[in-house]
Amino acid sequence: MKKFLRAVRREYGLYLIFLVPLVWYIIFMYAPMYGLQIAFKRYNARLGIWGSPWVGFMYFRQFFDSYYFKDLIVNTLVLNVYQMALGFPVPILLALIINEIRYRPLQKAIQNITYIPYFLSIVVIVSMLKLFSNPDYGLFNKIVTTFGGTSADYFAKVGAFRSLYVFSGVWQNMGFNSVIYIAALSAIDPQLYEAASIDGASRLMKIVHISIPQILPTIVILFIMRIGSLMNVGFEKVLLMQNNVNMEVSDVISTFIYRNGIQKGQMSYSAAVGIFNSIINLILLVGANRITRRLGETSLW
Amino acid sequence: MNTAINNRHNRVRQSSGDRVFDFVVTLIGVLIMLIVLIPLIFVLSASFSDPDLVLRGKVLLIPKGITFRAYTLVFENRDIWIGYRNTVFYTVAGTAINILLTIMAAYPLSRKEMTGRRFFTLVVLFTMYFNGGLIPTYLLVRNLGMYNTAWAILIPSAISTYNLIVAKSFFEQSIPQELYESARLDGCGSLRTLISIVLPLSKAILAVLVLYYGVAHWNAYFNSLIYLRDTSKHPLQVVLRNILLLGQTEQMGSNDVGMGEKIKMVEAIKYSVIVVSSVPILLLYPLAQRYFVSGVMIGAVKG
Repeated sequence: MKKFLRAVRREYGLYLIFLVPLVWYIIFMYAPMYGLQIAFKRYNARLGIWGSPWVGFMYFRQFFDSYYFKDLIVNTLVLNVYQMALGFPVPILLALIINEIRYRPLQKAIQNITYIPYFLSIVVIVSMLKLFSNPDYGLFNKIVTTFGGTSADYFAKVGAFRSLYVFSGVWQNMGFNSVIYIAALSAIDPQLYEAASIDGASRLMKIVHISIPQILPTIVILFIMRIGSLMNVGFEKVLLMQNNVNMEVSDVISTFIYRNGIQKGQMSYSAAVGIFNSIINLILLVGANRITRRLGETSLW
Repeated sequence: MNTAINNRHNRVRQSSGDRVFDFVVTLIGVLIMLIVLIPLIFVLSASFSDPDLVLRGKVLLIPKGITFRAYTLVFENRDIWIGYRNTVFYTVAGTAINILLTIMAAYPLSRKEMTGRRFFTLVVLFTMYFNGGLIPTYLLVRNLGMYNTAWAILIPSAISTYNLIVAKSFFEQSIPQELYESARLDGCGSLRTLISIVLPLSKAILAVLVLYYGVAHWNAYFNSLIYLRDTSKHPLQVVLRNILLLGQTEQMGSNDVGMGEKIKMVEAIKYSVIVVSSVPILLLYPLAQRYFVSGVMIGAVKG
């Protein structure tokens, strides 16, 4: 502590500069954590967070006992696991493909074009999904009917919600998410490939035995980080895609919190659900990190 | 972008198996490119085409019966203009605040002279893994009296911890310690060092931050949805949501056209609204993609 105070006196300029963002973090990041106590209180706007009476774990029990508890968890997990199953490997595959293309202009073109959708807003992406799903003239249905299928309004179909969500996400993000792997691939020592060629390895063998093992640490780190947000779906997108028809599969924990908290004003109850969600995330993150560390691979900490 | 992609290993003589491999890889690459491009081209050509032909499914990749009527209607719409103006304001003011605060946090945390920076970094990093979440933040913003003001859009999202870490890593890696030492010998204070030595050397990271934050502001809708009540304050994305997803297009189109005609125009307008709202970001794209990529690289070094 003494050492710290001496440093503050010596480098007061640095601490002074840091003061403003520190105050911001305290107000906008740590105060809401403190505000989470409303999950254990019966929040009353007039009494405020501090003055509202304690109710213990009442809201947590209410959530666990509710009939929609299981559905919400299942919806959240299924949507996320589905998204991860496709959204995680596709950028890796894309990076490997881009890395293997020998014709430079094509390589550049694929890279630059696959980034474009990343810049579109979620509102635009969801609107495109809706327009393309139009049964009469939407792009999806034109493609489906070309291949002999029957057209349908996919946007309003319960069974199509998850696939629309996941595939549009992959379409939008694969280019951008592949950047990091392309960088990792380009950092591999070319001698490894040369040696393998001399030993008579085919290109596929070189991918399997050199490229993939070499970028594995990057893959592991990104995988752990992804696991840590397994319960966080792209909330804003789900909210935009939600409608009365697909509610039974599209209602996830975060949209539930939004609807009950912001729209219906059940602040304490929603905050309790939020805490539950965060804790599961934290457990998953720590767990994933521990497992990968035990396997002797890279870990986050 | 300058990714030195490994091609050298392929120079060695090719077997026929490798030639097949080459063909397959190129084919997949081209296919992926088409999958990304076709929806984009379709929206663009539909926005310029005769709505009648679009509705009958005649338009695919080439605009047919070219007309600018949909665009004229979009630009006659007051909400779109108001949304545009608000979004430009939120993007410019918001990004300025973002940059200022992010640098003010990242620079001190990158300096070895700052005792306790490990602790402060932890304070910052912790919020990436755990935070109060939607409800307490919403209550806070209301209690601070920011509800239904521009502050609610500008201040609660003033720092993205991820971007802060990217900036911090950049400072640590690209500003040599000797520079700080000589600045000190010349009698430069911390602030002076930041402004006249560090920032001029950090144009790359500034560009990355401007783009990350700028794009995020341009595309954001959720905070406006929950914090802004007055439609006169809504940004473009909320206006878009109303028009495209909630179907609020009644006020569009002049009254002298019939009902059938109106329905057609409503659909045609949707495509042009998408184009009009995305063009500014896409114009930025050639510049943006270069810096976006370098941002990912800097961030990747120390995630």
